[in-house]
Amino acid sequence: MAELTYRDAVTRGIAQEMERDPCVVFLGEDVAAAGGVFKSTVGLLEQFGPIRVRDTPISEQAILGAAMGAAMTGLKPIAEIMFSDFFAVCFDYIANEFSKSRYMSNGQVKCPLVVRTGNGAGSRFGAQHSQSVENWAMMIPGLKVVAPSTPRDVIGLMAAAVRDPDPVIFFEHKSLYPTKGEVPDGEIVDRLGTAKVVRPGRDATILALALMVPRALEAAETLKAQHGIDCEVIDVRSLVPLDTQTILGSVGRTHRLFTVEENPRLCGWGAELVSIVADEAFYDLDGPPVRITTPHIPLPAADILEDAVLPTPARIADRVRQSLNS
Amino acid sequence: MAKIEDRAGTRPSPGLNDDIGEETRLRLYRVQFEIRESEQRAYDLFLQNLVKGTSHLSLGQEAVAAGFAVAMQPGDLSFCTYRGHAHTLARGVPVEKVLGELMQRDNGLMRGKGGSMHLTSVEHGVMGSYAIIGAHLPIACGAAWRAQFRGDDDVTVCFFGDGTTNIGAFHEALNFAVVWKLPVIFVCENNLYMEYTPIGSVTAVEHPAAGRAAAYGLDSIIVDGQDADEVYRTALKAYDKARSGGGPSLIECKTYRYSGHSRADPAKYRPEGELDKWKQRDPIVIYRERLKQFGVSESVIGGIEADVRREIDEATENCKAAPPPPLEIMTTDVYADGGWAWRN
Repeated sequence: MAELTYRDAVTRGIAQEMERDPCVVFLGEDVAAAGGVFKSTVGLLEQFGPIRVRDTPISEQAILGAAMGAAMTGLKPIAEIMFSDFFAVCFDYIANEFSKSRYMSNGQVKCPLVVRTGNGAGSRFGAQHSQSVENWAMMIPGLKVVAPSTPRDVIGLMAAAVRDPDPVIFFEHKSLYPTKGEVPDGEIVDRLGTAKVVRPGRDATILALALMVPRALEAAETLKAQHGIDCEVIDVRSLVPLDTQTILGSVGRTHRLFTVEENPRLCGWGAELVSIVADEAFYDLDGPPVRITTPHIPLPAADILEDAVLPTPARIADRVRQSLNS
Repeated sequence: MAKIEDRAGTRPSPGLNDDIGEETRLRLYRVQFEIRESEQRAYDLFLQNLVKGTSHLSLGQEAVAAGFAVAMQPGDLSFCTYRGHAHTLARGVPVEKVLGELMQRDNGLMRGKGGSMHLTSVEHGVMGSYAIIGAHLPIACGAAWRAQFRGDDDVTVCFFGDGTTNIGAFHEALNFAVVWKLPVIFVCENNLYMEYTPIGSVTAVEHPAAGRAAAYGLDSIIVDGQDADEVYRTALKAYDKARSGGGPSLIECKTYRYSGHSRADPAKYRPEGELDKWKQRDPIVIYRERLKQFGVSESVIGGIEADVRREIDEATENCKAAPPPPLEIMTTDVYADGGWAWRN
């Protein structure tokens, strides 16, 4: 057991899979010689060499297209798109190409690849380098979508993503890179499609993802200490496949549902989860489900504004308390 | 495979046994004729409402598809566009499989799940037909990267139209392929019109592909796309370069489509007489004449044609008799487990 940063866990997760499988290759902008702009891939070039770890031009379409072509002919590429906001310049591959080729070809074409990307706010980068765009990926049939919140989950879900036969979009939260967590020694392999109850509780279920997980946990501790409200916090981890059983089971015990989403309001993943619970567990609910999101606005750059936009532990706790007391 | 340069020295005066040879020439003719007849049949079936959706025909462009495909080795990969029937047939995919897909029958290449614009036959090296302009150029780079990475000796050939040369992915792919020195051949079929608009009126250079080659350190290569021999020779040279580690090529084929862009387009934007002028350089007519000049008998040529016609007639009847795809396949192969489950 060792303490590792989320950033170093990315490197370890990729290295674990590259050591295991010689078909795993890694490409992206500044990922090799520079070790990544977030320093999350330092040392991979030295360890695996320039044939398997490759710097690319600033050509996001070429990065994802090349990853797809390599995947469909036998390699297992991990492609980095530096900021998830840049999905918008290569979205054809995500929305139209590797997500649909298996279906359109009636199963002939296979695209086992991983797209990893820096997602989320907190760096004061403004509206084009701070978004949480996991919903852009979640809405497309044929993709799998994960967003780990801890160093251990980074390694385990990276392994699961690389070993998965389908294209997986892997959202790393930029504000989590410096955070630390305990990581067991040896190989770590997790499973896609599994949510995790990270804090059991009786009074309400809080669903969160990535950076919102530690914030929801902090809110839960405050609610318990100051108001005696005992919240169950679930790290959703995997949007596709979605572990609805863990979520429905929790709502069946707590009878209240909250989602904490970093994304703007409309069409967030929380809306989908609320709709599933409304469809299948309506009579388990003792009150209306509540979505805690950013307002439906672009993200501002100034720290005071960005901090006011994102759900904070205080805002989460207030919203839960108000709702339970009403 | 011998290099073109090696053969040039021993090439006899024009005759069937020159650098191309009789067997290859008969193959080139058969492939062109099969494309011509199949595309014409697809059009006829469309008029009977038996081909549904859309279709983009290659009538007039047969020599490009035949020349590049016949020069390939088994294992070489083709990436095509929505105008991909010709390239798919040229790799040896049975006509029935192609017509079946166009007719949305269960015997189609993808059992009706892809349609005319997405013909794919991995077992024949047809790695897909891509309907988003330019998307497949980077994907072809990736396939070629795999060959380079593993030391495989196959080449990847990527076909696209003149309109593609003005989209970003074209330029990203060319730069990427050159920088990584990938064994990929980019083939522009310049048929003069992007969709309705003449390519020359929206492009900064006279030759939309070849005119951009220098920007990527590539040779400017222009070939007469109506002459299958010239296409074949150019293809061999580019494949040889790619196989020997020389990196990518960009080849612009001057050609012409006889029909509109798609089934919805009567092509009224063309100046009067342009189509007739191009038909005087019809690739099938040119090649048939050449075979005769080289002494191939009318009965041999007629035998090929009768054989192809019989094959297409049979395919048509089989497709007409084939059932539509069963509803059960609607949700298959979304994910690798064969199904579409996104939740537990």
